[in-house]
Amino acid sequence: MSALLELDLIAARDALRARKITSTELTAAYLARIEATAGLNAFITVTADKAMAMAAASDARLAKGEGGALEGLPIAIKDLFCTEGVLTTAASRILDGFKPTYESTVTGNLWRAGAVMLGKTNMDEFAMGSSSGTSFYGPAINPWRGAQDAGAPLVPGGSSGGSAAAVAGWSALAATGTDTGGSIRQPASFTGIVGLKPSYGRCSRWGIVAFASSLDQAGPMTRTVRDAAVMLSAMAGHDPKDSTSAAEALPDLEASLEAGVKGLRIGVPAEYRVDGMPSEIEEIWTRGIAWLRDAGAEIVDISLPHTRYALPTYYIVAPAEASSNLARYDGVRYGLRVEGENLSAMYANTRGAGFGAEVQRRVLIGTYVLSAGYYDAYYRKAQRVRALIRRDFDEAFGKVDAILTPTAPSDAFAVGANEDDPVKMYLNDVFTVPASLAGLPGMSVPAGLSARGLPLGLQVLGRMFDEPMVLRVGRAIENAAAFTARPAMLEGV
Amino acid sequence: MSLDKATVASIAALARLRVPEERLEPMVADLNTILGFVEQLDEVDTAGVEPLASVTGHALPQRDDVVTDGGYPERVTANAPDRVNDFYAVPKVVE
Repeated sequence: MSALLELDLIAARDALRARKITSTELTAAYLARIEATAGLNAFITVTADKAMAMAAASDARLAKGEGGALEGLPIAIKDLFCTEGVLTTAASRILDGFKPTYESTVTGNLWRAGAVMLGKTNMDEFAMGSSSGTSFYGPAINPWRGAQDAGAPLVPGGSSGGSAAAVAGWSALAATGTDTGGSIRQPASFTGIVGLKPSYGRCSRWGIVAFASSLDQAGPMTRTVRDAAVMLSAMAGHDPKDSTSAAEALPDLEASLEAGVKGLRIGVPAEYRVDGMPSEIEEIWTRGIAWLRDAGAEIVDISLPHTRYALPTYYIVAPAEASSNLARYDGVRYGLRVEGENLSAMYANTRGAGFGAEVQRRVLIGTYVLSAGYYDAYYRKAQRVRALIRRDFDEAFGKVDAILTPTAPSDAFAVGANEDDPVKMYLNDVFTVPASLAGLPGMSVPAGLSARGLPLGLQVLGRMFDEPMVLRVGRAIENAAAFTARPAMLEGV
Repeated sequence: MSLDKATVASIAALARLRVPEERLEPMVADLNTILGFVEQLDEVDTAGVEPLASVTGHALPQRDDVVTDGGYPERVTANAPDRVNDFYAVPKVVE
């Protein structure tokens, strides 16, 4: 079994094409691994029968020398993507029992490319959180354990924490995530994997449970940068069913992957040196800068003056959009219904029982900032600051080809930590939210270990639709970092 | 500005969200923490700055106003908690 699970996406793809292994044995190995790692609570639903049927179909195609870019490769899907006939919950009680009668565009693209679905992964409820602890199905757990306070379970980050835990714990070859303010990148940093948030509009949002529509974007979570390039190529593409989907053609993402960073200009933003940042975060960032300089890049000091206002902007814009999007959950068309003495009471009872505490907070904040009398002071104000944040990036990208920052302000924290004060949890996204507001592509690449022996990621940001540059710089970081550390739970697998 | 219990109760009514009496007080505290945090934006001079609502860089496309989908009510209503024939069923609203 071990030899099969050792293979990354590219290696498994090549072994399948060379007919050295079959999708059936590879998929069976992953399903066994999911059972063995059930304690991580990475999956809400495991679709074992469907996986084996898809694997058999892939093997038949491969035997005829046919098959797509991801033919026979078993992957996990964040439970925010609608999957036809398969329970889709957004980790919320309010979608209790919901089995979509349609398939999201992104997952449809993946199945068309030949990928095999292992199951649906755990997450923060409606993707609202940075720990995967707000799930109705209980917290997802990080495969990594700290060197100190041995045995204490750590969060895999969030909101795509189940996907991150599955990839890091080898219970999926790769997984989809979604990122609204950092929900792919921060969990990737916490679990030592690669997580890529594409430019807004690259991947269709059709069939993805909506959180904040002007920010939500799907992306790959993988073991390597090349895996991310190959998986994104299969996920992305224009979709007439999403009016915000980009018409820009997706370039060949593997073509310039190994081009190196010689002669590139890499920006280092002064404002990302935030107060109280642990010294080990500063150190890994400094190391990353040195790697790129040693590889021939020119390091350029840049300024993104409105960085500190990105989080407060996000916590107006995202809840406002969420309160509007989540109005659809009313106990009428799908999911939970809690009866009441009349229709209004039924709505309120259903939503009060169906939404967890963090979702309720955001629905209320969003309702407030959009309400008559407060709209201009909060929502319009936030949209204006958002324009300034975008302008900061536009000016910076006049001088540099890519930007390098830390991904998160800490390594993985304990399950249950940061729950006493909602704003404390929000601070996890301090480095990821600005690019989300600007719509830019960003990727977290594992760069080293903290003093506690936990993974730390570095974030590469690029111009709008310049995923090839993000991947190219990310690949250079990956090369230099030579990150081979593994969670102890993988020993002897 | 700071929210009081009555205001939070009325926001909850607007949001069609039942917040039990004993949950109101902690909710008031949480919401005020969040509002206190976002009010930092008051420091930023945004005079003359156009609000940014979309980062796509393209105008929303329009398609022909024709029916392109549908005709399968059983699929549309398949997940309804209560339905009658091809309709969603809700508590009676007209006496």
